[in-house]
Amino acid sequence: MSSARDPLHVTGEVLSVKRIGAYRHLTLVAPGVAERSRPGNFVAVSVGDLRPRSHQTRLSYWIHRVRNTGSHGATIEIIVEPRGAGSQWLTGLGQGSRVDLTGPLGRPFAQPKEPVSCLLVGEGHSAAPLFPLAERLRERGCVVSMLLAASDEQHLLAALEARRSARSVTVVTRDGSVGRSGRVADVLPELLAQVDADVAYAAGSVETLHAVAAAAEAHGAWSQVALELPQPCGTGLCNGCPLPVVGEDGVARIVRACHEGPVVRGDRVRWTALLEGA
Amino acid sequence: MDLGALTLNPPVLVASGCGGTGRELDALGGLAGLGAFVTRSITLDAREGGPAPRIVGTPSGLVNAVGLQNPGIDQFLARELPWLAAHDVPAIVSVAGSSIGEYADLGRRLGRSPGVAGIEVNLSVPDAAGLNIFDAREPFSAARVIAAVRRDLPRGMPVLAKLGPQSNRIGESARAVAEAGADAVVVTNAVPALMPDGRPGGLSGPAIGPLALRCVYEVRVALPDLPVIGVGGIACAADARAFLAAGASAVQIGTALLHDPTTAVRIAAELGGDPS
Repeated sequence: MSSARDPLHVTGEVLSVKRIGAYRHLTLVAPGVAERSRPGNFVAVSVGDLRPRSHQTRLSYWIHRVRNTGSHGATIEIIVEPRGAGSQWLTGLGQGSRVDLTGPLGRPFAQPKEPVSCLLVGEGHSAAPLFPLAERLRERGCVVSMLLAASDEQHLLAALEARRSARSVTVVTRDGSVGRSGRVADVLPELLAQVDADVAYAAGSVETLHAVAAAAEAHGAWSQVALELPQPCGTGLCNGCPLPVVGEDGVARIVRACHEGPVVRGDRVRWTALLEGA
Repeated sequence: MDLGALTLNPPVLVASGCGGTGRELDALGGLAGLGAFVTRSITLDAREGGPAPRIVGTPSGLVNAVGLQNPGIDQFLARELPWLAAHDVPAIVSVAGSSIGEYADLGRRLGRSPGVAGIEVNLSVPDAAGLNIFDAREPFSAARVIAAVRRDLPRGMPVLAKLGPQSNRIGESARAVAEAGADAVVVTNAVPALMPDGRPGGLSGPAIGPLALRCVYEVRVALPDLPVIGVGGIACAADARAFLAAGASAVQIGTALLHDPTTAVRIAAELGGDPS
């Protein structure tokens, strides 16, 4: 029996595809999906031509924004880096194209009940779910700071937009083309102390998430990490996205990143096992 | 389609390993009104499964090396079966064991568990040796497993034998398991394949559809009276009708659920509208 919290499998429509640096920003009409989504949810997109369906696996994308367009109702926005055949197919779709997708999926970010200091750490296009989160946290009276990281300026997501959502924004790029030169781990301890963070939220590579979880723990803060592991179906059906964790009962186990995650507490992840499998 | 005390109506089932625990598919509207839900293969002890990546895409197919991740029979009976039993879809439990004794234990445990509508015996794990699963590829071995599972089951509890895709011997295997007590055969399983990094895996999806269809046909010709459940690459009602035309009495939907979780209910609805 389906409930209002359950995901939907729908045929969506592409409203627009825009270039943002190295990425493409897609706006999609997906009836019912936008209304149910919370920061940290994602959608799983069926890629490839319909008959015969050449691609059996699906691609997962964070829900970056939900907007009410008026004429089309609520829409969702996703950020895609066109790298493989599936993402290139998706970003090559024209306005009005149909695309099957399922969402909202996954466990979203847990948000604090009290107004606390939050540091949001995003790397590359993975920073996408942090923007709606920043808005929700601000609505709750939290002090929001952001750290955006990328290899270079082309792969930096929406730094200007971040300045509207957060009290302070720090940018680091590995090549130093914009902001400070370096990696997340280089500036994290200093930043956590500077904003006296109670909670660190992070979305990025496994290495970056590990760095955030470790630094947050050292600082005495909670961490919530949004993992971006390959998810063949995204819906919890196939057991294809193993995530090694320690449960609240203290027992080590493998859970599904797409279903029991992809947002989990940083101190629950068995990072060594995850990095070995990455 | 009737199998002992179990009626598969409509003749569309969720294939083992492709429906999660059932809850996920139900939340997407993909469970209601199906003939049965087949669980992922359950073993005596819990298994963590293989490392990532576990599933990779290939042209019109998937290669998987999930490694039979499951919580073990105790946790399954305590946490997953009650949910399935409370829902309006028969639960067929798939089992795999490292020995004939383990298969027998699993059958004994499941035979006295309320809510089990049937048992599907996985005799064709694509990487049986690597996963320490009893090698049941030979018809004689498959028959011994079925006999062991059948021995302590209540009357009327159907046993389905899931056979591998060796079409040259599938008629022989089907005859052996039927004589050992299987009520039906499920044809076929993922085809043994290799992951890109060289680990053993199983190929599924539309890429194996014609092979699975041939296997169904071979069994139907060899054993006209034995119920056959066809599985392999079925993605739409036309595919399902092709399997029924080749001699299947019912079909299972697997890989297609991973890109469209509503595939099985859509096919069931379409077959209901046009039973030809």
